[in-house]
Amino acid sequence: MQTSENTIVRKQLVWKNFKTEILVVLAISLIIFAKDMLAQNGIRYIHQERSLYRNILVTEDTQRRCLRFTITSRSGQNQSCRFLDQPRELVFPYAKMSLSSLLVQDQPQRILIVGLGGGTLSDTYSLLFPDTEIVISEIDDAVVRVASEYFDFKETDKISVDVGDGRVFIKRQGLRGEKYDLVILDAFNGEYIPEHLMTKEFLEEVKRLLPENGMVLANTFSTSRLYAAESNTYREVFGEFFNIRMNGTGNRVIVASMQPLPDQETLVSRAPAIRERLEQFGMDITEFPKLMSTEITWDTNQRILTDQYSPANLLNN
Amino acid sequence: MNTNTSTNSALQTWLVLVFAFISGFIIMAIELLGGRILAPYFGSSIFVWGSIITVFMLSLSIGYLCGGKLSLLKPNLKLYGSFFAGAAVLLLPLVFAGNQIMEAIFLRIEDPRYGSLVVSMLLFFLPTAVMGMIAPYSVRLLVSSTHGSGHVAGKLYFISTLGSALGTLATSFYLVLWFEVNQILITMCLVLLCTGFIAIIADLKGDDI
Repeated sequence: MQTSENTIVRKQLVWKNFKTEILVVLAISLIIFAKDMLAQNGIRYIHQERSLYRNILVTEDTQRRCLRFTITSRSGQNQSCRFLDQPRELVFPYAKMSLSSLLVQDQPQRILIVGLGGGTLSDTYSLLFPDTEIVISEIDDAVVRVASEYFDFKETDKISVDVGDGRVFIKRQGLRGEKYDLVILDAFNGEYIPEHLMTKEFLEEVKRLLPENGMVLANTFSTSRLYAAESNTYREVFGEFFNIRMNGTGNRVIVASMQPLPDQETLVSRAPAIRERLEQFGMDITEFPKLMSTEITWDTNQRILTDQYSPANLLNN
Repeated sequence: MNTNTSTNSALQTWLVLVFAFISGFIIMAIELLGGRILAPYFGSSIFVWGSIITVFMLSLSIGYLCGGKLSLLKPNLKLYGSFFAGAAVLLLPLVFAGNQIMEAIFLRIEDPRYGSLVVSMLLFFLPTAVMGMIAPYSVRLLVSSTHGSGHVAGKLYFISTLGSALGTLATSFYLVLWFEVNQILITMCLVLLCTGFIAIIADLKGDDI
Protein backbone atom coordinates (compact mmCIF):
# COMPACT_ATOMS: atom_id res chain seq x y z
CA MET A 1 0.00 0.00 0.00
CA GLN A 2 2.53 2.43 1.26
CA THR A 3 4.98 1.81 -1.50
CA SER A 4 2.37 2.12 -4.19
CA GLU A 5 1.16 5.36 -2.65
CA ASN A 6 4.73 6.58 -2.59
CA THR A 7 5.08 5.61 -6.20
CA ILE A 8 2.00 7.56 -7.10
CA VAL A 9 3.23 10.61 -5.23
CA ARG A 10 6.62 10.24 -6.87
CA LYS A 11 5.03 9.82 -10.26
CA GLN A 12 2.99 12.94 -9.72
CA LEU A 13 6.09 14.81 -8.70
CA VAL A 14 7.94 13.60 -11.74
CA TRP A 15 5.07 14.65 -13.95
CA LYS A 16 4.97 18.03 -12.30
CA ASN A 17 8.69 18.51 -12.82
CA PHE A 18 8.35 17.29 -16.33
CA LYS A 19 5.63 19.82 -17.01
CA THR A 20 7.83 22.58 -15.67
CA GLU A 21 10.65 21.35 -17.84
CA ILE A 22 8.47 21.38 -20.91
CA LEU A 23 7.43 24.92 -20.14
CA VAL A 24 11.01 26.02 -19.62
CA VAL A 25 12.10 24.38 -22.85
CA LEU A 26 9.21 25.98 -24.69
CA ALA A 27 10.01 29.39 -23.25
CA ILE A 28 13.69 29.09 -24.14
CA SER A 29 12.99 27.95 -27.66
CA LEU A 30 10.54 30.79 -28.06
CA ILE A 31 13.19 33.28 -26.99
CA ILE A 32 15.76 31.71 -29.30
CA PHE A 33 13.25 31.68 -32.13
CA ALA A 34 12.33 35.33 -31.58
CA LYS A 35 15.97 36.33 -31.36
CA ASP A 36 16.66 34.36 -34.47
CA MET A 37 13.85 36.13 -36.28
CA LEU A 38 15.38 39.47 -35.45
CA ALA A 39 18.95 38.44 -36.03
CA GLN A 40 18.17 36.81 -39.36
CA ASN A 41 21.20 37.03 -41.61
CA GLY A 42 22.96 39.05 -38.98
CA ILE A 43 20.50 41.91 -39.20
CA ARG A 44 20.84 44.42 -36.41
CA TYR A 45 18.08 46.78 -35.44
CA ILE A 46 19.73 50.13 -35.00
CA HIS A 47 16.64 52.25 -34.60
CA GLN A 48 13.04 51.55 -33.81
CA GLU A 49 10.17 53.91 -33.20
CA ARG A 50 6.43 54.07 -33.44
CA SER A 51 5.29 57.20 -35.21
CA LEU A 52 1.74 58.44 -35.62
CA TYR A 53 1.40 56.45 -38.81
CA ARG A 54 3.60 53.41 -38.59
CA ASN A 55 6.42 51.49 -37.04
CA ILE A 56 9.72 52.74 -38.29
CA LEU A 57 12.71 50.45 -38.16
CA VAL A 58 16.24 50.94 -39.33
CA THR A 59 18.14 47.71 -39.80
CA GLU A 60 21.69 47.01 -40.77
CA ASP A 61 23.63 43.94 -41.79
CA THR A 62 27.19 43.68 -42.99
CA GLN A 63 26.32 45.08 -46.41
CA ARG A 64 23.43 47.46 -46.16
CA ARG A 65 21.29 49.68 -44.06
CA CYS A 66 17.52 49.57 -44.59
CA LEU A 67 14.39 51.42 -43.60
CA ARG A 68 11.33 49.37 -42.74
CA PHE A 69 7.80 50.27 -41.88
CA THR A 70 6.86 46.95 -40.38
CA ILE A 71 8.14 44.49 -37.81
CA THR A 72 7.54 41.36 -39.81
CA SER A 73 10.64 40.01 -41.44
CA ARG A 74 8.94 39.01 -44.66
CA SER A 75 11.20 39.81 -47.55
CA GLY A 76 10.33 42.81 -49.62
CA GLN A 77 9.25 44.80 -46.63
CA ASN A 78 12.15 47.20 -46.82
CA GLN A 79 11.14 50.67 -47.90
CA SER A 80 14.56 51.79 -48.77
CA CYS A 81 18.07 50.38 -48.53
CA ARG A 82 21.57 51.52 -49.23
CA PHE A 83 24.87 49.70 -49.46
CA LEU A 84 27.25 50.73 -46.71
CA ASP A 85 30.30 50.81 -48.97
CA GLN A 86 28.58 52.19 -52.06
CA PRO A 87 25.81 54.46 -50.86
CA ARG A 88 24.99 55.68 -54.36
CA GLU A 89 24.29 52.30 -55.83
CA LEU A 90 20.57 51.68 -56.03
CA VAL A 91 19.59 48.55 -54.13
CA PHE A 92 16.08 48.16 -55.46
CA PRO A 93 15.02 47.61 -59.04
CA TYR A 94 12.17 50.09 -58.66
CA ALA A 95 14.60 52.96 -58.19
CA LYS A 96 16.39 51.97 -61.38
CA MET A 97 13.09 51.52 -63.15
CA SER A 98 12.22 55.05 -62.07
CA LEU A 99 15.41 56.44 -63.57
CA SER A 100 14.55 54.91 -66.90
CA SER A 101 12.02 57.73 -67.20
CA LEU A 102 15.03 59.85 -68.16
CA LEU A 103 14.75 58.20 -71.54
CA VAL A 104 11.44 60.00 -71.96
CA GLN A 105 12.47 63.37 -70.60
CA ASP A 106 15.94 63.95 -69.27
CA GLN A 107 16.11 67.50 -67.96
CA PRO A 108 13.59 67.99 -65.16
CA GLN A 109 13.74 71.56 -63.83
CA ARG A 110 11.54 71.08 -60.82
CA ILE A 111 10.63 67.77 -59.18
CA LEU A 112 7.90 66.90 -56.70
CA ILE A 113 8.27 63.63 -54.80
CA VAL A 114 5.36 62.32 -52.74
CA GLY A 115 6.70 59.98 -50.07
CA LEU A 116 10.24 60.40 -48.77
CA GLY A 117 11.13 56.94 -47.45
CA GLY A 118 14.87 56.79 -46.94
CA GLY A 119 15.34 59.61 -49.41
CA THR A 120 16.79 57.39 -52.14
CA LEU A 121 15.00 59.03 -55.05
CA SER A 122 15.57 62.53 -53.78
CA ASP A 123 19.31 61.82 -53.31
CA THR A 124 19.60 60.24 -56.71
CA TYR A 125 17.87 63.05 -58.55
CA SER A 126 19.81 65.70 -56.71
CA LEU A 127 23.09 63.99 -57.64
CA LEU A 128 21.99 63.83 -61.26
CA PHE A 129 20.58 67.34 -61.39
CA PRO A 130 22.29 69.50 -58.75
CA ASP A 131 20.53 72.66 -59.95
CA THR A 132 17.06 71.20 -59.98
CA GLU A 133 14.64 72.14 -57.25
CA ILE A 134 13.25 69.10 -55.43
CA VAL A 135 10.17 69.37 -53.25
CA ILE A 136 9.15 66.40 -51.13
CA SER A 137 5.76 65.85 -49.57
CA GLU A 138 5.87 63.42 -46.66
CA ILE A 139 3.03 62.80 -44.24
CA ASP A 140 5.15 61.58 -41.34
CA ASP A 141 7.71 63.91 -39.77
CA ALA A 142 9.26 60.90 -38.04
CA VAL A 143 10.24 59.55 -41.45
CA VAL A 144 11.94 62.86 -42.27
CA ARG A 145 13.84 62.69 -38.99
CA VAL A 146 14.91 59.08 -39.49
CA ALA A 147 15.97 59.76 -43.09
CA SER A 148 18.13 62.63 -41.86
CA GLU A 149 19.63 60.70 -38.99
CA TYR A 150 20.28 57.36 -40.64
CA PHE A 151 20.25 57.95 -44.39
CA ASP A 152 22.09 61.26 -44.72
CA PHE A 153 19.06 63.01 -46.07
CA LYS A 154 19.49 66.78 -45.95
CA GLU A 155 17.28 69.70 -46.72
CA THR A 156 19.20 72.27 -48.72
CA ASP A 157 18.35 75.41 -50.66
CA LYS A 158 17.39 73.07 -53.49
CA ILE A 159 15.72 70.30 -51.50
CA SER A 160 12.76 71.01 -49.24
CA VAL A 161 10.22 68.89 -47.41
CA ASP A 162 6.60 69.71 -46.72
CA VAL A 163 5.27 67.57 -43.89
CA GLY A 164 1.63 66.81 -44.57
CA ASP A 165 -0.73 64.81 -46.70
CA GLY A 166 0.34 64.58 -50.35
CA ARG A 167 -3.15 65.07 -51.70
CA VAL A 168 -3.65 68.30 -49.78
CA PHE A 169 -0.23 69.56 -50.84
CA ILE A 170 -0.84 68.83 -54.51
CA LYS A 171 -4.29 70.42 -54.45
CA ARG A 172 -2.86 73.61 -52.94
CA GLN A 173 0.10 73.69 -55.33
CA GLY A 174 -2.36 73.38 -58.20
CA LEU A 175 -4.47 76.25 -56.90
CA ARG A 176 -1.34 78.41 -56.72
CA GLY A 177 -0.52 77.54 -60.30
CA GLU A 178 2.76 75.87 -59.33
CA LYS A 179 4.31 73.59 -61.95
CA TYR A 180 6.59 70.59 -61.64
CA ASP A 181 7.88 68.92 -64.76
CA LEU A 182 8.39 65.66 -62.93
CA VAL A 183 5.99 64.39 -60.28
CA ILE A 184 7.04 61.18 -58.56
CA LEU A 185 4.43 59.27 -56.60
CA ASP A 186 6.25 56.97 -54.22
CA ALA A 187 3.83 56.63 -51.34
CA PHE A 188 2.44 53.21 -52.14
CA ASN A 189 4.85 50.64 -50.81
CA GLY A 190 3.78 50.44 -47.22
CA GLU A 191 1.44 48.00 -45.54
CA TYR A 192 -1.37 50.48 -45.99
CA ILE A 193 -2.09 52.12 -49.32
CA PRO A 194 -3.28 55.72 -49.15
CA GLU A 195 -6.45 55.25 -51.17
CA HIS A 196 -7.02 58.93 -51.87
CA LEU A 197 -3.71 59.02 -53.76
CA MET A 198 -4.87 56.50 -56.34
CA THR A 199 -8.03 58.04 -57.70
CA LYS A 200 -8.85 59.61 -61.03
CA GLU A 201 -9.56 62.95 -59.32
CA PHE A 202 -6.16 62.85 -57.64
CA LEU A 203 -4.38 62.11 -60.90
CA GLU A 204 -6.21 65.01 -62.48
CA GLU A 205 -4.89 67.23 -59.71
CA VAL A 206 -1.40 65.89 -60.41
CA LYS A 207 -1.89 66.57 -64.10
CA ARG A 208 -2.69 70.17 -63.29
CA LEU A 209 0.87 70.55 -61.93
CA LEU A 210 2.47 69.31 -65.12
CA PRO A 211 3.68 71.75 -67.78
CA GLU A 212 3.54 70.91 -71.47
CA ASN A 213 6.45 68.52 -71.26
CA GLY A 214 5.63 67.28 -67.75
CA MET A 215 5.80 63.71 -66.65
CA VAL A 216 4.44 61.64 -63.81
CA LEU A 217 6.16 58.61 -62.42
CA ALA A 218 4.51 56.23 -60.00
CA ASN A 219 6.01 53.33 -58.13
CA THR A 220 3.10 50.98 -57.58
CA PHE A 221 1.71 47.47 -57.66
CA SER A 222 2.02 44.78 -60.24
CA THR A 223 -0.26 42.13 -58.82
CA SER A 224 -3.86 41.67 -57.72
CA ARG A 225 -6.96 43.39 -58.99
CA LEU A 226 -5.42 46.66 -57.91
CA TYR A 227 -2.95 46.39 -60.81
CA ALA A 228 -5.79 46.45 -63.30
CA ALA A 229 -7.83 49.09 -61.48
CA GLU A 230 -4.86 51.38 -61.21
CA SER A 231 -3.74 50.85 -64.79
CA ASN A 232 -7.20 51.68 -66.07
CA THR A 233 -7.29 54.80 -63.91
CA TYR A 234 -3.94 56.09 -65.23
CA ARG A 235 -5.02 55.31 -68.75
CA GLU A 236 -8.22 57.28 -68.26
CA VAL A 237 -6.32 60.37 -67.12
CA PHE A 238 -3.07 60.25 -69.07
CA GLY A 239 -3.81 57.95 -71.98
CA GLU A 240 -1.08 55.56 -72.99
CA PHE A 241 1.75 55.18 -70.48
CA PHE A 242 4.93 53.18 -70.08
CA ASN A 243 4.51 50.24 -67.78
CA ILE A 244 7.88 49.12 -66.47
CA ARG A 245 8.08 45.72 -64.88
CA MET A 246 11.02 43.59 -63.90
CA ASN A 247 11.28 40.00 -62.84
CA GLY A 248 11.77 39.43 -59.17
CA THR A 249 10.00 42.53 -57.96
CA GLY A 250 6.40 43.13 -56.95
CA ASN A 251 6.71 46.73 -58.05
CA ARG A 252 5.96 48.23 -61.37
CA VAL A 253 6.68 51.75 -62.41
CA ILE A 254 4.29 53.86 -64.42
CA VAL A 255 5.67 56.65 -66.57
CA ALA A 256 3.04 58.90 -68.07
CA SER A 257 3.75 62.02 -70.03
CA MET A 258 1.92 65.09 -71.28
CA GLN A 259 3.70 64.57 -74.59
CA PRO A 260 3.18 61.58 -76.88
CA LEU A 261 5.45 58.77 -75.73
CA PRO A 262 8.63 58.09 -77.72
CA ASP A 263 8.71 54.80 -79.58
CA GLN A 264 11.00 51.90 -78.73
CA GLU A 265 13.57 52.96 -81.29
CA THR A 266 13.85 56.44 -79.87
CA LEU A 267 14.25 55.05 -76.35
CA VAL A 268 17.05 52.78 -77.51
CA SER A 269 18.76 55.60 -79.34
CA ARG A 270 18.65 57.89 -76.29
CA ALA A 271 20.10 55.36 -73.87
CA PRO A 272 23.83 55.58 -74.76
CA ALA A 273 23.92 59.33 -74.14
CA ILE A 274 22.88 59.02 -70.49
CA ARG A 275 24.38 55.62 -69.80
CA GLU A 276 27.54 56.95 -68.24
CA ARG A 277 25.76 59.36 -65.91
CA LEU A 278 23.70 56.52 -64.50
CA GLU A 279 26.53 54.05 -64.00
CA GLN A 280 27.29 55.48 -60.56
CA PHE A 281 23.91 54.12 -59.45
CA GLY A 282 24.78 50.62 -60.47
CA MET A 283 22.54 50.47 -63.49
CA ASP A 284 22.90 50.02 -67.18
CA ILE A 285 20.23 52.17 -68.80
CA THR A 286 20.56 50.39 -72.13
CA GLU A 287 18.84 47.40 -70.56
CA PHE A 288 15.71 49.36 -69.81
CA PRO A 289 14.07 50.35 -73.10
CA LYS A 290 12.92 46.78 -73.64
CA LEU A 291 11.20 46.82 -70.25
CA MET A 292 9.21 49.92 -71.12
CA SER A 293 6.00 48.75 -72.62
CA THR A 294 2.71 50.38 -73.50
CA GLU A 295 1.03 47.05 -73.93
CA ILE A 296 -2.17 46.45 -72.00
CA THR A 297 -1.49 43.47 -69.76
CA TRP A 298 -4.44 43.82 -67.43
CA ASP A 299 -8.19 43.41 -67.32
CA THR A 300 -9.62 46.56 -68.90
CA ASN A 301 -13.02 45.82 -67.40
CA GLN A 302 -11.79 46.42 -63.87
CA ARG A 303 -13.52 49.52 -62.51
CA ILE A 304 -11.38 52.64 -62.34
CA LEU A 305 -10.64 54.20 -58.97
CA THR A 306 -12.39 57.45 -58.11
CA ASP A 307 -12.94 59.47 -54.96
CA GLN A 308 -16.30 57.73 -54.83
CA TYR A 309 -14.86 54.27 -55.33
CA SER A 310 -11.36 53.57 -54.11
CA PRO A 311 -11.09 50.32 -52.15
CA ALA A 312 -7.41 50.01 -53.06
CA ASN A 313 -6.49 48.10 -49.93
CA LEU A 314 -9.33 45.65 -50.42
CA LEU A 315 -8.47 45.15 -54.08
CA ASN A 316 -4.88 44.43 -53.13
CA ASN A 317 -5.83 41.40 -51.03
CA MET B 1 -41.77 45.05 -21.27
CA ASN B 2 -43.97 42.90 -23.38
CA THR B 3 -45.73 41.78 -20.28
CA ASN B 4 -47.12 45.24 -19.80
CA THR B 5 -49.30 45.41 -22.87
CA SER B 6 -51.35 48.33 -21.67
CA THR B 7 -48.76 50.84 -22.90
CA ASN B 8 -46.58 48.90 -25.32
CA SER B 9 -47.81 46.60 -27.98
CA ALA B 10 -45.50 43.81 -29.00
CA LEU B 11 -45.37 45.37 -32.46
CA GLN B 12 -44.10 48.66 -31.11
CA THR B 13 -41.42 46.89 -29.11
CA TRP B 14 -40.20 45.09 -32.18
CA LEU B 15 -40.29 48.19 -34.32
CA VAL B 16 -38.30 50.21 -31.83
CA LEU B 17 -35.67 47.50 -31.45
CA VAL B 18 -35.27 47.11 -35.21
CA PHE B 19 -35.15 50.88 -35.69
CA ALA B 20 -32.54 51.26 -32.95
CA PHE B 21 -30.46 48.67 -34.77
CA ILE B 22 -30.83 50.53 -38.05
CA SER B 23 -29.85 53.87 -36.54
CA GLY B 24 -26.80 52.31 -34.90
CA PHE B 25 -25.81 50.71 -38.19
CA ILE B 26 -26.17 53.91 -40.19
CA ILE B 27 -24.41 56.19 -37.71
CA MET B 28 -21.23 54.16 -37.82
CA ALA B 29 -21.42 53.52 -41.55
CA ILE B 30 -21.54 57.27 -42.13
CA GLU B 31 -18.77 57.96 -39.66
CA LEU B 32 -16.58 55.48 -41.49
CA LEU B 33 -17.44 56.94 -44.89
CA GLY B 34 -16.65 60.36 -43.43
CA GLY B 35 -12.96 59.56 -43.57
CA ARG B 36 -13.29 58.63 -47.21
CA ILE B 37 -15.31 61.73 -48.01
CA LEU B 38 -12.88 64.16 -46.40
CA ALA B 39 -9.65 62.57 -47.66
CA PRO B 40 -9.57 64.26 -51.10
CA TYR B 41 -9.60 67.69 -49.46
CA PHE B 42 -7.96 67.20 -46.09
CA GLY B 43 -5.96 64.02 -46.49
CA SER B 44 -6.02 60.96 -44.30
CA SER B 45 -3.80 62.30 -41.57
CA ILE B 46 -4.66 61.31 -38.02
CA PHE B 47 -6.26 64.66 -37.26
CA VAL B 48 -8.83 64.16 -40.01
CA TRP B 49 -10.09 61.12 -38.12
CA GLY B 50 -9.81 63.18 -34.96
CA SER B 51 -12.12 65.81 -36.44
CA ILE B 52 -14.67 63.29 -37.62
CA ILE B 53 -14.80 61.35 -34.37
CA THR B 54 -14.96 64.56 -32.33
CA VAL B 55 -17.91 65.84 -34.33
CA PHE B 56 -19.75 62.52 -34.14
CA MET B 57 -19.29 62.29 -30.38
CA LEU B 58 -20.28 65.90 -29.91
CA SER B 59 -23.38 65.68 -32.06
CA LEU B 60 -24.46 62.40 -30.52
CA SER B 61 -24.08 63.83 -27.03
CA ILE B 62 -26.24 66.81 -27.92
CA GLY B 63 -28.70 64.51 -29.69
CA TYR B 64 -29.01 62.37 -26.56
CA LEU B 65 -29.71 65.45 -24.50
CA CYS B 66 -32.39 66.78 -26.86
CA GLY B 67 -33.94 63.36 -27.46
CA GLY B 68 -34.22 62.82 -23.73
CA LYS B 69 -35.81 66.20 -23.27
CA LEU B 70 -38.32 65.57 -26.07
CA SER B 71 -39.27 62.22 -24.58
CA LEU B 72 -40.81 64.07 -21.63
CA LEU B 73 -43.70 65.29 -23.78
CA LYS B 74 -46.22 62.64 -24.74
CA PRO B 75 -43.85 60.13 -26.36
CA ASN B 76 -45.20 58.84 -29.64
CA LEU B 77 -44.07 56.93 -32.70
CA LYS B 78 -44.88 59.82 -34.98
CA LEU B 79 -42.19 62.07 -33.55
CA TYR B 80 -39.91 59.05 -33.35
CA GLY B 81 -40.41 58.40 -37.06
CA SER B 82 -39.77 62.03 -37.88
CA PHE B 83 -36.28 61.73 -36.33
CA PHE B 84 -35.45 59.14 -38.97
CA ALA B 85 -37.01 61.08 -41.82
CA GLY B 86 -35.35 64.27 -40.55
CA ALA B 87 -31.94 62.61 -40.43
CA ALA B 88 -32.43 61.39 -44.00
CA VAL B 89 -33.19 64.91 -45.19
CA LEU B 90 -30.29 66.40 -43.24
CA LEU B 91 -27.93 63.91 -44.89
CA LEU B 92 -28.79 65.21 -48.36
CA PRO B 93 -26.31 68.13 -48.34
CA LEU B 94 -23.54 65.59 -47.69
CA VAL B 95 -24.56 63.71 -50.82
CA PHE B 96 -25.39 66.57 -53.14
CA ALA B 97 -23.30 69.49 -51.97
CA GLY B 98 -20.48 67.79 -50.08
CA ASN B 99 -17.79 68.64 -52.62
CA GLN B 100 -18.86 72.26 -52.93
CA ILE B 101 -18.88 72.71 -49.16
CA MET B 102 -15.49 71.05 -48.78
CA GLU B 103 -14.05 73.08 -51.64
CA ALA B 104 -15.27 76.32 -50.06
CA ILE B 105 -13.75 75.47 -46.68
CA PHE B 106 -10.57 74.15 -48.28
CA LEU B 107 -10.09 77.53 -49.96
CA ARG B 108 -10.76 79.50 -46.79
CA ILE B 109 -8.93 77.47 -44.17
CA GLU B 110 -5.33 76.59 -44.89
CA ASP B 111 -4.72 74.37 -41.86
CA PRO B 112 -6.22 70.94 -42.66
CA ARG B 113 -6.87 70.31 -38.94
CA TYR B 114 -9.35 73.15 -38.65
CA GLY B 115 -10.53 72.72 -42.21
CA SER B 116 -11.52 69.13 -41.53
CA LEU B 117 -13.09 70.05 -38.20
CA VAL B 118 -15.24 72.80 -39.74
CA VAL B 119 -16.26 70.59 -42.65
CA SER B 120 -17.16 67.75 -40.30
CA MET B 121 -19.34 70.13 -38.33
CA LEU B 122 -21.08 71.35 -41.47
CA LEU B 123 -21.61 67.93 -43.01
CA PHE B 124 -22.19 65.64 -40.06
CA PHE B 125 -23.35 67.61 -37.05
CA LEU B 126 -27.07 67.97 -37.79
CA PRO B 127 -27.85 64.51 -39.17
CA THR B 128 -25.85 62.81 -36.44
CA ALA B 129 -27.41 64.92 -33.67
CA VAL B 130 -30.87 63.98 -34.92
CA MET B 131 -29.87 60.33 -35.06
CA GLY B 132 -28.59 60.70 -31.50
CA MET B 133 -32.09 61.72 -30.41
CA ILE B 134 -33.33 58.27 -31.35
CA ALA B 135 -31.56 56.46 -28.51
CA PRO B 136 -33.11 58.10 -25.42
CA TYR B 137 -36.45 58.38 -27.18
CA SER B 138 -36.38 54.64 -27.88
CA VAL B 139 -35.85 54.01 -24.18
CA ARG B 140 -38.85 56.13 -23.32
CA LEU B 141 -41.04 54.34 -25.86
CA LEU B 142 -40.23 50.95 -24.40
CA VAL B 143 -39.98 51.67 -20.69
CA SER B 144 -43.14 50.92 -18.80
CA SER B 145 -41.86 50.84 -15.26
CA THR B 146 -38.98 52.25 -13.26
CA HIS B 147 -38.11 48.75 -12.27
CA GLY B 148 -37.59 47.58 -15.86
CA SER B 149 -35.99 50.78 -17.16
CA GLY B 150 -32.40 49.60 -16.79
CA HIS B 151 -33.26 46.38 -18.54
CA VAL B 152 -34.89 48.20 -21.42
CA ALA B 153 -31.99 50.65 -21.72
CA GLY B 154 -29.52 47.76 -21.67
CA LYS B 155 -31.39 45.94 -24.37
CA LEU B 156 -31.50 49.06 -26.53
CA TYR B 157 -27.82 49.84 -26.06
CA PHE B 158 -27.12 46.24 -26.96
CA ILE B 159 -29.11 46.27 -30.14
CA SER B 160 -28.04 49.71 -31.35
CA THR B 161 -24.37 49.13 -30.57
CA LEU B 162 -24.58 45.76 -32.28
CA GLY B 163 -25.98 47.68 -35.25
CA SER B 164 -23.01 50.03 -35.05
CA ALA B 165 -20.59 47.12 -35.00
CA LEU B 166 -22.19 45.54 -38.03
CA GLY B 167 -22.46 48.90 -39.80
CA THR B 168 -18.74 49.41 -39.36
CA LEU B 169 -17.90 45.92 -40.51
CA ALA B 170 -20.22 45.82 -43.49
CA THR B 171 -19.12 49.24 -44.74
CA SER B 172 -15.40 48.77 -44.38
CA PHE B 173 -15.24 45.17 -45.56
CA TYR B 174 -17.78 45.05 -48.33
CA LEU B 175 -19.88 48.10 -49.13
CA VAL B 176 -16.94 50.28 -50.21
CA LEU B 177 -15.76 47.43 -52.41
CA TRP B 178 -19.09 47.07 -54.15
CA PHE B 179 -20.54 50.57 -54.27
CA GLU B 180 -19.67 54.22 -54.60
CA VAL B 181 -19.75 56.34 -51.49
CA ASN B 182 -22.79 58.29 -52.68
CA GLN B 183 -24.65 55.12 -53.59
CA ILE B 184 -24.20 53.90 -50.03
CA LEU B 185 -25.24 57.26 -48.60
CA ILE B 186 -28.35 57.52 -50.76
CA THR B 187 -29.36 53.99 -49.85
CA MET B 188 -29.01 54.90 -46.21
CA CYS B 189 -31.11 58.02 -46.70
CA LEU B 190 -33.80 55.86 -48.28
CA VAL B 191 -33.66 53.33 -45.46
CA LEU B 192 -33.99 56.13 -42.92
CA LEU B 193 -36.93 57.60 -44.83
CA CYS B 194 -38.70 54.23 -45.02
CA THR B 195 -38.05 53.62 -41.35
CA GLY B 196 -39.51 57.02 -40.54
CA PHE B 197 -42.63 56.41 -42.59
CA ILE B 198 -43.15 52.96 -41.12
CA ALA B 199 -42.98 54.48 -37.64
CA ILE B 200 -45.44 57.21 -38.58
CA ILE B 201 -47.83 54.70 -40.16
CA ALA B 202 -47.59 52.45 -37.11
CA ASP B 203 -48.44 55.47 -35.00
CA LEU B 204 -51.56 56.25 -37.03
CA LYS B 205 -52.66 52.63 -36.93
CA GLY B 206 -52.07 52.58 -33.21
CA ASP B 207 -54.42 55.55 -32.90
CA ASP B 208 -57.11 53.69 -34.82
CA ILE B 209 -57.07 50.79 -32.41
